[in-house]
Amino acid sequence: MAVLAAQNLRKSYDGQEVIAGVSFGIAPGECFGLLGPNGAGKTTTLRLCLGLTRPDGGSVELMRRPVPGEARPARARVGVVPQMDNLDPDFTVRENLLVYGRYFGLPDRTTRERIPQLLEFAGLAGRADSRIQTLSGGMKRRLTLARALINDPDLIFMDEPTTGLDPQARHLIWERLKQLLAQGKTIVLTTHFMEEAERLCARLAIMDRGRFIAEGSPRELISRHIEPHVAEVHGDGVMEWAEGEAGALASRVEKSGETVFCYTADPGPLLASLSRRPDLRYLHRPADLEDVFLKLTGRELRD
Amino acid sequence: MMHPFFPPAVSLRFVPVWRRNLLVWRKLAIPSILGNLADPMIYVLGLGYGLGSILPQVGGVSYVAFLAAGMVCSSTMNSATFEAMYSAFSRMHVQRTWDAITNAPIELDDVVLAELVWAASKSVLSGLAILVVIWALGLSGSALALWVIPLLPLIGLTFGALGLAMTALARSYDFFMYYFTLVITPMIMVSGVFFPAEQLPAAFQAVAGFLPLIHAVALARPLLFGQVPADILLHIGVMLAYAVAGFYAAAILCRRRLLK
Repeated sequence: MAVLAAQNLRKSYDGQEVIAGVSFGIAPGECFGLLGPNGAGKTTTLRLCLGLTRPDGGSVELMRRPVPGEARPARARVGVVPQMDNLDPDFTVRENLLVYGRYFGLPDRTTRERIPQLLEFAGLAGRADSRIQTLSGGMKRRLTLARALINDPDLIFMDEPTTGLDPQARHLIWERLKQLLAQGKTIVLTTHFMEEAERLCARLAIMDRGRFIAEGSPRELISRHIEPHVAEVHGDGVMEWAEGEAGALASRVEKSGETVFCYTADPGPLLASLSRRPDLRYLHRPADLEDVFLKLTGRELRD
Repeated sequence: MMHPFFPPAVSLRFVPVWRRNLLVWRKLAIPSILGNLADPMIYVLGLGYGLGSILPQVGGVSYVAFLAAGMVCSSTMNSATFEAMYSAFSRMHVQRTWDAITNAPIELDDVVLAELVWAASKSVLSGLAILVVIWALGLSGSALALWVIPLLPLIGLTFGALGLAMTALARSYDFFMYYFTLVITPMIMVSGVFFPAEQLPAAFQAVAGFLPLIHAVALARPLLFGQVPADILLHIGVMLAYAVAGFYAAAILCRRRLLK
């Protein structure tokens, strides 16, 4: 039984369709990733799921309740880590959690009991009385995660949870998300870090221009959509080489700036050709989710 | 979530949001209360005694008493307006506090109601501060003046609601300057705060009658000087109408802005 189900969602702003028929279901305990370039409709999809905006068409069931009709009781079982930090700057760490607990109708006593373990979980033990302004970006993100857990939710929405964090902070968040999954929580996260999606999500959807354009496990997506080997080639003669020899050696050749990407199932002849060209430098690696993403959504900038 | 034009579906869930604002205020309570007291004191004493020394009685009382009675209303109005505009705008737009709250099981209508009740609560303190000054200076000796206390939250709700509607439309803090310059300040001038509205040409008086502030003054001033005001229900009705219409507009405009 799905904890979140969306049927054929549609949403337009000023005649522009930003969500153009999106359907999905999320099972309890799953980590579902929503990938897509900026403006693909990821955040709008989350807002529709939370009942914060009304779809023009289609329906959402969140925690088995129709949304937005019964969004309020549905959200009582849900935690949200928004993309932009919106911690209360006038409050200490502890006050932020206490006040947020009240929004869920929790008695202060219950929240106070939960605060120490939440701070422990977020790596903020001993910072209960710190002011928000004194926290680093990573600490704020972790506090936002702790805040999202104040009601002990079954389902947690995370909108780009590690954007702007350094690697240490990012890894800590990933560890915590894995712990939450181990506890049986369900997570829906949006990201444009392929590494993050590959590490955490059992299933993901790539979204572009308001549609799901691919869906599956990271491994399935790679095997279904892309050749297993990639050579990234650059150097003075690379464009001439790409026009000539490369076409016959790789099943697909893509140019991006000064670099040529060669995709192939059989890298032997390609690598042999490259080894005869001292003017070309190359990196041979297995294809990953990012290659799938770029193939499906294109290489041009989105803003 | 609510339909774009449905009346606000409010609930007691507004209380934790109101308490959030109270907790912030408590951290700054001392300077806030001093400000509430100092600002009107300066006006009442400065203008009241300065101008009062060259003016004969106004409306049957000393000028300082006349002015203080008007300022109970205008200070309450200003306080509610400020809180509903600058402070609420910070929470809605700059700090994104409202977004955090509506991710919890609280609807936007509840947040708007909480901001309205909060603005009114804070404005009551401003009005009370002037009442205290009036009593301390012995400017009012009537027990009827106690009826001004329940009038204060009505003034606060009226102008808080109008301020919130402006907040829902504002793109930046600069927008609020227009409201003060084009609405609030002219309204103070035509509503009998500093001088009797009857001094103005009839056209101004006619316009003033459609604005809420003059109705607050028409209740507060007689009460402070021991008279039962005329047309009590009319005055209360006009303010209530502004409060309800303002809140409805604020709720709809906030939905249009934030739930799109």
